[in-house]
Amino acid sequence: MRPMMETIARRQRIQDVLFHRVTQVFSLLVLVALAGIIASLFINAWPTFQKFGVRFLWYVEWDIVNEEFGAAIAIVGTLASAGIALVMAVPLAFGIALFLTETCPVWLRRPMGTAIELLAAVPSIIYGMFGLFIFAPLFADYFQMPIQKLMAGMPMIGFLFGGPTNGMGILAAGIVLAFMVLPFVAAVMRDVFEIVPPILRESAYGLGCTTWEVVHHIVLPYTQKGVVGGIMLGLGRALGETMAVTFVIGNANRMPTSLFSPGTSIAATLANEFGEAADFHISALYALGFLLFVITFVVLALAKWMIVRAEKAKGV
Amino acid sequence: MKIKTLLVAVGIGAAALTSFAADITGAGATFPYPMYAKWAEAYKKETGIGLNYQSIGSSGGLKQIRAKTVTFGASDAPVKGEDLDRDGMIQFPAIIGGTVPVVNLDGFKPGELRVTGPVLAEMFMGKVSKWNDPKLTALNPGKTLPDQAITVVHRADGSGTTFNFTDYLTAVSKDWADTVGKGAAVKWPAASSVGGKGNEGVAANVNRVKGALGYVEYAYVKKNKMTFMQLQNANGKFVSPDDVAFAAAAANADWFSVPGMGISMVNAKGDTAWPISTASFILMYKQPADKATSAEALKFFDWAFKNGKQMAAELDYVPLPDSLTAQIRSKVWTLVQK
Repeated sequence: MRPMMETIARRQRIQDVLFHRVTQVFSLLVLVALAGIIASLFINAWPTFQKFGVRFLWYVEWDIVNEEFGAAIAIVGTLASAGIALVMAVPLAFGIALFLTETCPVWLRRPMGTAIELLAAVPSIIYGMFGLFIFAPLFADYFQMPIQKLMAGMPMIGFLFGGPTNGMGILAAGIVLAFMVLPFVAAVMRDVFEIVPPILRESAYGLGCTTWEVVHHIVLPYTQKGVVGGIMLGLGRALGETMAVTFVIGNANRMPTSLFSPGTSIAATLANEFGEAADFHISALYALGFLLFVITFVVLALAKWMIVRAEKAKGV
Repeated sequence: MKIKTLLVAVGIGAAALTSFAADITGAGATFPYPMYAKWAEAYKKETGIGLNYQSIGSSGGLKQIRAKTVTFGASDAPVKGEDLDRDGMIQFPAIIGGTVPVVNLDGFKPGELRVTGPVLAEMFMGKVSKWNDPKLTALNPGKTLPDQAITVVHRADGSGTTFNFTDYLTAVSKDWADTVGKGAAVKWPAASSVGGKGNEGVAANVNRVKGALGYVEYAYVKKNKMTFMQLQNANGKFVSPDDVAFAAAAANADWFSVPGMGISMVNAKGDTAWPISTASFILMYKQPADKATSAEALKFFDWAFKNGKQMAAELDYVPLPDSLTAQIRSKVWTLVQK
């Protein structure tokens, strides 16, 4: 009896170790792939970094014929369109999440939540086509032209609304991006709002707080960092979005001078030019890709760090 | 019973394919892809030999043929003679097409608007920025041009169409040659210019934005019924784009004046020649590693030159004239070791 049990125990131990090792290899593969991507991006981008140095970051030029490359135009386009997207999406997402967790009738919660998650599943090319064929003409006729007439003469802010009014540009890209990141941010916010312990919320209501007071004094302080993490995830998506942006941003390698100016983003430049690039141009594109990687990495790392801190603060 | 016969037939078919026909592989330019695909389909029906052509772009095609992963490479922009010699490759044109300036202007029918090369270059540079600019009205007497801003639409992706178009602007405008130049993608100077992805992206943008001016490959003009402009050619005549005008440009070209037949057909002489015509080229090794497949590829093009003209016309491409294909057979193909 005893030896048999020992054999079984030993076998199980070996199986456990084996299982542990195999799954460990799987997860290490991800790290290896990540390191490989970074390394290959950097090696291919090296000629560009060597030629332009740090200046590549703020050099305002993208001249393929004369092989003069700088990342400034694409970085500005990327950050501006993603920034506009967040400015619009975050308040909306905040409202949606609040409605779903605080005031929404219970029977409506699930269908509404599912609808928002479905919005996140729409492929980005659909947003791009919607942006170019439906949104852009309406945007040109009913927003850009009237706003330009109204605002262009104003001191200080008038220049923001100058430029061509053909429905494409930084602002148009930002708005389409806002549609795309909205469901992500809203879903994360709803999830973090839901983890507020009911006892806190109920106590506050019991003390006679209004809904807004509960949100302001209980829910938000409790979930602050989780909310920021959700916003960062949305920002990460907005920064790397390719197809939808390519359709509406105008794809012009010039520094945008107003909200209506056509511009380009890092992802859009890569998608447009990689197929036919040769020689040094390829290296410059790799350098752009490397920068996008760095920017996205910083944003996601920040988001993770904030979520971890939020959980620690709550003692979860 | 039926299923069994079918299975047997499929089995025999598969065996036949694997034993006899080594499929030809090619990669490169997207511009001639519909043509090569159609030829390949018909050729397979007739001979059972397949052609696998991947339209990955001209520079991709060059990379593939240099890496020897394909039997032939295809490029819209011709490779220079010295590079051909270095790589030990031959180059010949396979099909001809044209690039056409298109506009979106209310009240103008296709071909009603006339423009010269230098003025077209100024429009694309943003120096002529309104449709009622004196330079345009002088070229179009009796027409009322609107007081509307010109929105320039160009290709956002690198492309042979852009190469062809900027090659033309470089040939006709010194200003353009000095400040912009030619290439598969260039730095577009006009402040209003926006990019569209692919010919269809440019066509969509031109059709959507009032006052837009762009350039697309001819097939897209026909397919989308776009308003094209008449262009003044090297002989001073205003011409409309069609397959006859492209063929006229090709007829007057002196193909063997440049090594590798890499001539530029832009601004070609001839009263009826369309000034922005182009050929798409095929690249092959003189001493191929796989001689049998290489010979098969030449057989395919031989067949296509002979039997592919009707198909080319259906797709709005221009087949090479017989005099030229005869010269390609005798002067170029003989260099390939069989």
